Amino acid sequence: MVLLSGNEAVARGAYEHGVRVAAAYPGTPSTEILENIAEYDEIDAQWSTNEKVAFEVALGAAFGGARSLVAMKHVGLNVAADPLFSSAHTGVVGGFVVVSADDPGMHSSQNEQDNRWYAKFAKLPLLEPSDSQEALDFLGEALDLSEKFGLPVLFRMSTRICHSRTPVEIGTRRQIEVNPYEKDIGRRLLIPAHARKRHLRLEEKLVALRREAEQSPLNGIEEGAGTIGIVTSGIAYQYAREAVPEASLLKLGFSYPFPESLVRSFAAGFDRLYVVEENEPFLEEQIAALGIPVVGKERIPRCGELDQRIVREAITGEKVEATPASTAPRPPVLCPGCPHRGFFHLVNKMHLTATGDIGCYTLGALPPLNAMDTCVCMGASIGNALGLEKAQGSAFARKTVAVIGDSTFLHSGITGLVDVVYNGGTVTIVILDNRVTAMTGHQEHPGTGRTLKGKSAPKVEYAVLARALGVRCVHEVDAYDINAISEALKTGTEAEEPAVVIVRGDCILRVRDRWGPALVVDEETCTACGLCLRLGCPALSKGAEDKAVISPALCVGDVCGICAQVCPKECIGVGGGGEGR
Amino acid sequence: MKDTTNLLLAGVGGQGIILAGDLVAELALDAEYDVKKSEVHGMAQRGGAVVSHVRLGRKVHSPVIVEGEATHLVAFEQMEALRWIHMLSPGGPLIVNEQRIIPSGLTAYPEGIRDAIAARCPQAVFVDGAGVAKRAGNIRAVNIVLLGTLSRYLDFEITQWERAIRRRVPERWVDVNLRAFQIARSNGA
Repeated sequence: MVLLSGNEAVARGAYEHGVRVAAAYPGTPSTEILENIAEYDEIDAQWSTNEKVAFEVALGAAFGGARSLVAMKHVGLNVAADPLFSSAHTGVVGGFVVVSADDPGMHSSQNEQDNRWYAKFAKLPLLEPSDSQEALDFLGEALDLSEKFGLPVLFRMSTRICHSRTPVEIGTRRQIEVNPYEKDIGRRLLIPAHARKRHLRLEEKLVALRREAEQSPLNGIEEGAGTIGIVTSGIAYQYAREAVPEASLLKLGFSYPFPESLVRSFAAGFDRLYVVEENEPFLEEQIAALGIPVVGKERIPRCGELDQRIVREAITGEKVEATPASTAPRPPVLCPGCPHRGFFHLVNKMHLTATGDIGCYTLGALPPLNAMDTCVCMGASIGNALGLEKAQGSAFARKTVAVIGDSTFLHSGITGLVDVVYNGGTVTIVILDNRVTAMTGHQEHPGTGRTLKGKSAPKVEYAVLARALGVRCVHEVDAYDINAISEALKTGTEAEEPAVVIVRGDCILRVRDRWGPALVVDEETCTACGLCLRLGCPALSKGAEDKAVISPALCVGDVCGICAQVCPKECIGVGGGGEGR
Repeated sequence: MKDTTNLLLAGVGGQGIILAGDLVAELALDAEYDVKKSEVHGMAQRGGAVVSHVRLGRKVHSPVIVEGEATHLVAFEQMEALRWIHMLSPGGPLIVNEQRIIPSGLTAYPEGIRDAIAARCPQAVFVDGAGVAKRAGNIRAVNIVLLGTLSRYLDFEITQWERAIRRRVPERWVDVNLRAFQIARSNGA
């Protein structure tokens, strides 16, 4: 036995069960799936520019007869929803698993949508593992099922499965050959005439799949001694099992198409049937539709994660009193030396409206910087800025910037920029280029010049790209040069045409060799004005007489030096202080 | 699950909490316990609060520890002890590293944290993790120092701990870490 996270187990499952092609865009809590798959030479693994492309690549591989996998966080499936729905019509040849890692509790997400609905919506089979061993085993089942019915299989993980390590028995790789590609336009070329037939075929498949689910060993009853019956799936099974050990459980690992007869026969044995599931009443509504009385979301919360205490209290009424002590919150924060900090300082200084996007830089929205107005979804900053301009007029655009990271720009910012140019927008788009997908733990992307497998690749040149799209006002500046950023922002925002400012500085966590001795505040000259403290740098705090103090353990030295540039008294410097810069 | 040991390791991103949790989880698996370990990645790592749940027993279902059911709480930072103190079962061992890290948004460390911990948990043991780690030869061994203190409250043999440390720590730091562990385990901290 070894301890594997759910994500490592999915990767192991992909390896053992013959997956040949895997693609993803990084997103918590799914990122480590592809990082681990990339360790296997037998699997062609890649970071795609976004989830839609990743899905299309893996689907293409499945058309080509290879077992394939695509992985993404829950909101990533919204991006990939277009090919998801079509793929139910085209079907596949090689087994194709779509891993959706949901984030109940929104540990690192903008919403907590329950992607099990996608199975019902797109008409695809749904598997739900509840720990790492099942993640590995179910992946094999999913691939077999996919090939048997010629359909993609939705594989629903959640944060506590992805990021929990539990014991796993590992095995060896099955050799599965790739058959020659066969053209079949009746299936894969979805013009209406073909798609109408495919829809009929899909409905037939769903009937057959329901019979499969009724018999599936992934669905099982655990007989208990008590009078309580619980239907559950995924991580909620673990909470229910622990919360009410005497209950009988129907655990659904293959939960769509819904195994109606199985549920009916289980329910018949109990006066009171509960459904324990995280977030939405996906199982509950299907049980209620069978006319079976069931207790679910009236007792089990719909918002946030569950745990054994919440489930116990909901079912047995047993309460645990535990009063938290009062403490100051400890929110995440831009790192000391972060290349985004100088730009956010200027957003405040220049009183700009900043539509924001998704990445580390979203932390610029938090106090004391408070330098961001919106954060909606990947790429939204640019369209939002254009929309604001249309609502508020071009004078407003003189003070509006869209803020987007390099990886997010490649993911879904390029189309937004084209839209601004095409539709006569005059806002300024700021690409914060730290040359990596930082928030999810430093993944490569098409702008870094390196692939997931560590091979070198051409780099996207943002300035050249912007000009090619029709932007004339393009500036590239050093993220640690406040004056240069300020000038570029001024020119960009004042221009009555779209502008792009590329603020470039490597993620400071990736360039430790550039870190130097901590900067020092000269106590004599410091007037305790507090300007540097408003940068929100963890290395800066208030010392005696409210004067600034720099933590020698946290400061990265003059590779950054933003605080020294901001200080009006020039009292921050290397070594002795006082020399300024 | 009354026969389950629930270890909660809490601190701030970058303190080596996840490695410490992995080490204990692997040690328990070696000793043929069922084990589950859980923590949250992502936003939590950027200087935010980090907590790792390690559960071991005959059969463990849930990967998370709930309020009042942590049998042991190891806090790598003082205020983080207070943040999670309600998770500890009454009278359970509370080990607190004396380090203080100012949370983002504040410019000075809040007053009275240590007193608040002691008032709520008189059994709390305060450890000068950095001091012991320095004595052992590397200030970065604080997480192993805290495991050394924790080991006094768990039924594992020293040889089992040593094996787990050797597996998890880079080879050139093994001796320093074993020394740090030993000092803390033998009540030198």
